[in-house]
Amino acid sequence: MDKMIHVENLTKEFKSYSSRSGLKGAFRDLLTRNYKIHRAVDSISLDVKPGEMIGYIGENGAGKSTTIKMLTGILTPTDGTVTINGMNPHKEREKFVKTIGVVFGQRSQLWWDIAVQESFRLLKKVYNVSDEDYNEHMSMVIEALDIAPLLDKPVRKLSLGQRMRCELAAALIHNPPLLFLDEPTIGLDVLVKLKIREFLKELNERYNTTIMLTTHDLSDIEALCERVVMLDEGKIIYDGALNQLKTSWGEGKQIEFHFKAAKSREELNAATGKQLVVWEPGENANTWTANVTNDEDIISQVIGDVVSNHQILDLKILETSTEEIIRNIYEEGVIHG
Amino acid sequence: MAKYIEMIRIRFLMMLAYRTNYYSGIIIYSINIAAYYFLWSAIYGGKEDIQGLSVIQMTTYIAVAWMARAFYFNNIDREIALEIKEGKVAVELIRPYHYLNMKTMAALGEGIFRLFFFSVPGMFIVSLIFPMEFSANLSTWGFFGISIIFSFIINTQINLMTGIITFFLFNNDGLMRAKRVVIDLFSGLILPISFYPGWAQSAMEWFPFQYISYVPSMIFSEGFVGSEVYNAIMMQLVWCLILLVPIQVLWTLAKKQMVIQGG
Repeated sequence: MDKMIHVENLTKEFKSYSSRSGLKGAFRDLLTRNYKIHRAVDSISLDVKPGEMIGYIGENGAGKSTTIKMLTGILTPTDGTVTINGMNPHKEREKFVKTIGVVFGQRSQLWWDIAVQESFRLLKKVYNVSDEDYNEHMSMVIEALDIAPLLDKPVRKLSLGQRMRCELAAALIHNPPLLFLDEPTIGLDVLVKLKIREFLKELNERYNTTIMLTTHDLSDIEALCERVVMLDEGKIIYDGALNQLKTSWGEGKQIEFHFKAAKSREELNAATGKQLVVWEPGENANTWTANVTNDEDIISQVIGDVVSNHQILDLKILETSTEEIIRNIYEEGVIHG
Repeated sequence: MAKYIEMIRIRFLMMLAYRTNYYSGIIIYSINIAAYYFLWSAIYGGKEDIQGLSVIQMTTYIAVAWMARAFYFNNIDREIALEIKEGKVAVELIRPYHYLNMKTMAALGEGIFRLFFFSVPGMFIVSLIFPMEFSANLSTWGFFGISIIFSFIINTQINLMTGIITFFLFNNDGLMRAKRVVIDLFSGLILPISFYPGWAQSAMEWFPFQYISYVPSMIFSEGFVGSEVYNAIMMQLVWCLILLVPIQVLWTLAKKQMVIQGG
């Protein structure tokens, strides 16, 4: 068995009711209601190998959370099959959930009024973890996430960052081979984010844990995932390596020049005439940006030509960020690539 | 099994987390019993007995009814409704246990806590002030014990059903409030069933409500004797089994068309 997750033509439809307008409409709604069938997830197919870390991205409402909920056995799929760890999550829910860990960034799974360690103790019993396993595994988790001082505090007294680290630890009590993280870094500061990322990497290396991560923060994905799956309106529009996404979509580079004196487009074109350059004016007449193709020779040629003809104060080479790439994909559609 | 017992412990901790709640709980129980005591002594107004119950039996009936209520009463319907409304039920479903069983165990934890830490102290305070008649008969205590366990099961089953209905209605505050009034009224908590008119009594035989409060209180105040006790407990058992069916049906339907609200 070399597949951790095997998903075929997974579809989920929701009935959504729409209310009629006006008082008359409201009365009519009492008797019969209009509804539309809304396809939140539209025949998705996906395979994940053990030990992979996948980023699952998409706009709000693209169907990410719905997919995760079907993969974790919470929602029943309308159509299609899901096999995870050789099990059908919905049919064998209680057996299946013992093999996964889930963190929902927006919901707490710890008990609000009691101390964190009491929640851990209950979860330890729930997952039937032996004392040795618990001590060995959790001492590493507690140390890596630095939550030892928080264990005797009730959850309601923790800050968001503290709580999220405890949530992550709670999801790992039974050391699951598969971890679903639904926006685990939402609302966290940079330091906590870094700590969580480092921890996830360590976990992946040490136990070969498969991690599926949804997030809006692309830096999480850049730091952790080699593979991304991009979702739009319930369909997968990209599934592959993050690097490839960058090379095929990060079209060109931009070189920003800050000149000593004001320049006109003609002057600059004259200087770099031979090359394929498109000049764009910047904030003021002294700043110009050259758009060039991503080719080392051309870039150095352009810089050489400009510098030998004009005096410059500053020079920056900009690469298209992942965020821009993603934005471009959503705006233009994926067909371009 | 260990996880269910652990849940009872956790519920104890949760009840203890707010101390004020705990102390005020004892006082509220004492006040409730006292209020009913004064009400009934006014109604009796010197009469020896009404409907075969003497004033002392009546006081005992009321006190015991409230004590039993502490055990069988729980808010799991509200909890389930809230978890559905806020989408927290998603978190419950990623855990390797049966959601409804776990809720039942949480309710049991709450019930045991209330029984020993609210009602027993409350009862002690009340018995110092008002005359009450506790049976010295061990078997009465035994039957009462069995009976309130069934009361707990029946009431919890009704609560589970009301809670699950939220999966279909999304908001059923009205239904829950109605259920609470119906149970308080028709279970014999406020008024013993034998005080109702004959047609109402025979109508109520078709519902499980009187098996929640009337039966254990009657057993304890020795209003039921001999074979009446066995019959009543048998009927409780029958209702426990009957109510399993709608719960199972509702739960299967609910899982199929579950929507997790709020993303």
